[in-house]
Amino acid sequence: MAGPVLEMRSIVKTFPGVKALSDVTLTVRQGEVHAICGENGAGKSTLMKVLSGVHPHGTYEGEILFEGEVCEFKDIRASEAHGIVIIHQELALVPYLSLAENIFLGNEHASRGFIDWRETLRHASELLRRVGLSEHPETRVADIGVGKQQLVEIAKALSKKVKLLILDEPTAALNDEDSGKLLDLILELKKQGITSIIISHKLNEIRKVADSVTIIRDGKTIETLDVKSEETTEDRIISGMVGRDLDHRFPERTAYEGESDAAPALEIRDWTVHHPIDQQRKVVDDVSIHVRRGEIVGIAGLMGAGRTELAMSVFGRSYGRHAAGTVLKDGKEIRTKSVAEAVDHGIAYVTEDRKHYGLNLIDTINRNISLSALGKVAKRGVVDEHQERQVAEGFRKSMNIKAPTVFEPVGKLSGGNQQKVVLSKWIFAGPEVLILDEPTRGIDVGAKYEIYTVIDQLAAQGKAVVFISSELPELLGMCDRIYTMAAGRLTGEFSRAEASQESLMRQMTKDKEVTR
Amino acid sequence: MSTDVTAKTPAPAPPGKSGSASGENLLQLMLDGLRRNMRQYGMLIALGLIVALFAVWTDGDLLLPRNVSNLVLQNSYVLILAIGMMLVIIAGHIDLSVGSVTAFVGAFAAVLTVQHDVAWPLAVVLCLVVGAGAGAAQGFLIAYLGIPSFIVTLAGMLVFRGFTEILLEGQTLGPFPSGLQKIGNGFLPETGPETNYHNITLLLGLALIVFVVVQEVRDRKRQQEFSLDVLPRNIFLLKLVSIVAAILVVTMLLASYKGAPIVLLILGGLVVGYGYLMRNSIFGRHIYAIGGNLPAAKLSGVKDKKVTFLVFLNMGALAALAGLAIAARLNAASPKAGLNYELEAIASAFIGGASMSGGVGTVLGAIIGGLVLGVLNNGMNLLSVGSDWQQVIKGLALLAAVGFDVWNKRKSGS
Repeated sequence: MAGPVLEMRSIVKTFPGVKALSDVTLTVRQGEVHAICGENGAGKSTLMKVLSGVHPHGTYEGEILFEGEVCEFKDIRASEAHGIVIIHQELALVPYLSLAENIFLGNEHASRGFIDWRETLRHASELLRRVGLSEHPETRVADIGVGKQQLVEIAKALSKKVKLLILDEPTAALNDEDSGKLLDLILELKKQGITSIIISHKLNEIRKVADSVTIIRDGKTIETLDVKSEETTEDRIISGMVGRDLDHRFPERTAYEGESDAAPALEIRDWTVHHPIDQQRKVVDDVSIHVRRGEIVGIAGLMGAGRTELAMSVFGRSYGRHAAGTVLKDGKEIRTKSVAEAVDHGIAYVTEDRKHYGLNLIDTINRNISLSALGKVAKRGVVDEHQERQVAEGFRKSMNIKAPTVFEPVGKLSGGNQQKVVLSKWIFAGPEVLILDEPTRGIDVGAKYEIYTVIDQLAAQGKAVVFISSELPELLGMCDRIYTMAAGRLTGEFSRAEASQESLMRQMTKDKEVTR
Repeated sequence: MSTDVTAKTPAPAPPGKSGSASGENLLQLMLDGLRRNMRQYGMLIALGLIVALFAVWTDGDLLLPRNVSNLVLQNSYVLILAIGMMLVIIAGHIDLSVGSVTAFVGAFAAVLTVQHDVAWPLAVVLCLVVGAGAGAAQGFLIAYLGIPSFIVTLAGMLVFRGFTEILLEGQTLGPFPSGLQKIGNGFLPETGPETNYHNITLLLGLALIVFVVVQEVRDRKRQQEFSLDVLPRNIFLLKLVSIVAAILVVTMLLASYKGAPIVLLILGGLVVGYGYLMRNSIFGRHIYAIGGNLPAAKLSGVKDKKVTFLVFLNMGALAALAGLAIAARLNAASPKAGLNYELEAIASAFIGGASMSGGVGTVLGAIIGGLVLGVLNNGMNLLSVGSDWQQVIKGLALLAAVGFDVWNKRKSGS
């Protein structure tokens, strides 16, 4: 057994207000493929950013040893000089430059500042062959698919004489065929002596390529397992990922007793959506779900499961292309082709990305709250500012938004208070169905509790609530029924009684078999 | 007065103070308000300083009634354009075509009234329709076809300048019927007893004062009805007195010369109208929303394309109005009319607090910005500074205003 090539010892990384990594230790052996898995937000990506120098030495505690020597990387260039290359989830290629230019970007074959094109092209085609691409090196990146772009990233890494390749969820955006090719390439590179770290939560992928797997939960290393060993079952990995006490507290929820004979408040049937650019790819694949009045229905899934895409495509076709399927409100089919239509039918979607899709950060609290339903505080197109202010003051008090006045720009509030503003905005619109997408992401425990209370009250008032979340304890604590999604498909439905972290995670990590 | 719209969620009732704004932190609130509107107050103060400086340097010539009247006449069209431009910039766009559109509309007016003897009121209406049409055509390309506004209006700048020369065959065309001329350089008629002042202007000024006072008092009452915090009585009175004083000074200055220029009345109407539109109408709110965060506005159900289209249509109509005012003032349509006016309008908007990335700005800000440029122009003319140095100084003024804003933002860490 080869010795360790990388050791990360007791890494602690703190962001303002959050401890992202509290004690992580990672040992990677020479020449292996090492998988890291854990829930969203467990700290996987942060750990890799520490390793690659994105978070420079001095901003974290702990020690990194690479090939036996202590490393104190001050930026990415420093880690790359040692042969550690990270490929991020969002590819870092320039779309309108050629493959060759991208491969050597920042690292050009040049003499006295002028590019040696002959050498550039020769070397590029050699690297492209190594990763199994037959494209001409002068092809533009924009003209090849995402799967091939991923391979170009690897070619770029190879050009830097990579010894340790880090891939952050490399297959999240790929279809089955491209995923298979990529995984094969990782195995091929392993034969050539390149060590890889792959962050993934697709258990079948881990089984296929990895030699060992380290499980991280809540910023701590839980355990490292030998994948080839008999004892390392999927159940073992899953329980490692989720095995945590329910340390959040939830408001007492009276179990939902719905009139099951009435038509659901919202029903989505056979919903399919294609990726906006890669139009062959189905991001949501034949999904049918429903929610009744007074019910809180969860949708669990990992990154790339298609939950947000499902919600946004239903809400005024705000995502993707060729959305097909039926939306029924109280048993009657409705059109939701524009956001205005969806809102008119009493549907509200509270985005997971409040900064980009939820709020006008430079505008004030009162004007953000009223935006989606200005008609309610206006007569004949004229907004009654005083009435608007009164409404906003009402929400500021009832939602406990911490701000001196409602004239404070939303951008100056904390995450939790911003989230309360987004919620207020959509509650003010007076919807019958609320789709809440990660409503507690990035906010502190106290604010979470307040938001749970609000959600509970909305359901008690007879609103139908769809609750999308990556945090299983929160879904288990709040929902009457939970759907699971994986890779765009619905993979399970659980009643409150049936659902457990293990049973949900099993369905969330269920992917199609990767073809060898 | 119904107050049935309230927050429907009962309190989640976690611990913590509810932070109601009461008397003690009212001063804090006012300071906050001042800090938030730093840009506008800053520019207002800068405008005051510039006026004071030039008044001293020109031995008071700047504030002579005749010159104040002149200042208004000289700058009215840039101010009209600046209002429209402010809307465009708040929406996150730019319009480079307005100078050309003003020239084109002026030419069109000349062709109608001078060559074809169309009655001038009809010509005015037709001109406004043509201007709105020019704006609508560009707005359509920008909003519905998604071509960047910079490109569309750059093309529009060339196209409409070209059309102007085609219409005028390269010549200057005039003179206009007297009714039309009045839009550009006419004053309110003189009537009533001999008072050494212009009577109608005085009456208008008084009417304005009464209107403003009534409005402010009603507003305060309504705030109380909604049980919102209001300014303390003495500060409220102070505010009223300063507004009244400002109106009085300008009225007296104008009334002691020929009275209020007609174009000033038009401009005043536009400022009040558009100020109200941007602040209080749903349409205005939607303009701020799409400029501030387009994806969020879309997800809130704002019809962003329609709003963008209307903003450009409106810009075209205002450009037409400005074009009429220029042509009427010069009493001729010239192929070179309105040259670089788009740049003056854009500069006014940015000096007045607009942001390159959209979502920020007020109509009043655009006017203040326009007046800063106008007073600089006028003052330097009085001091017979050459047009070479005038351009340098105006350029630096723009840079200083925006630079101050950037510095101020960085300092407050937002």
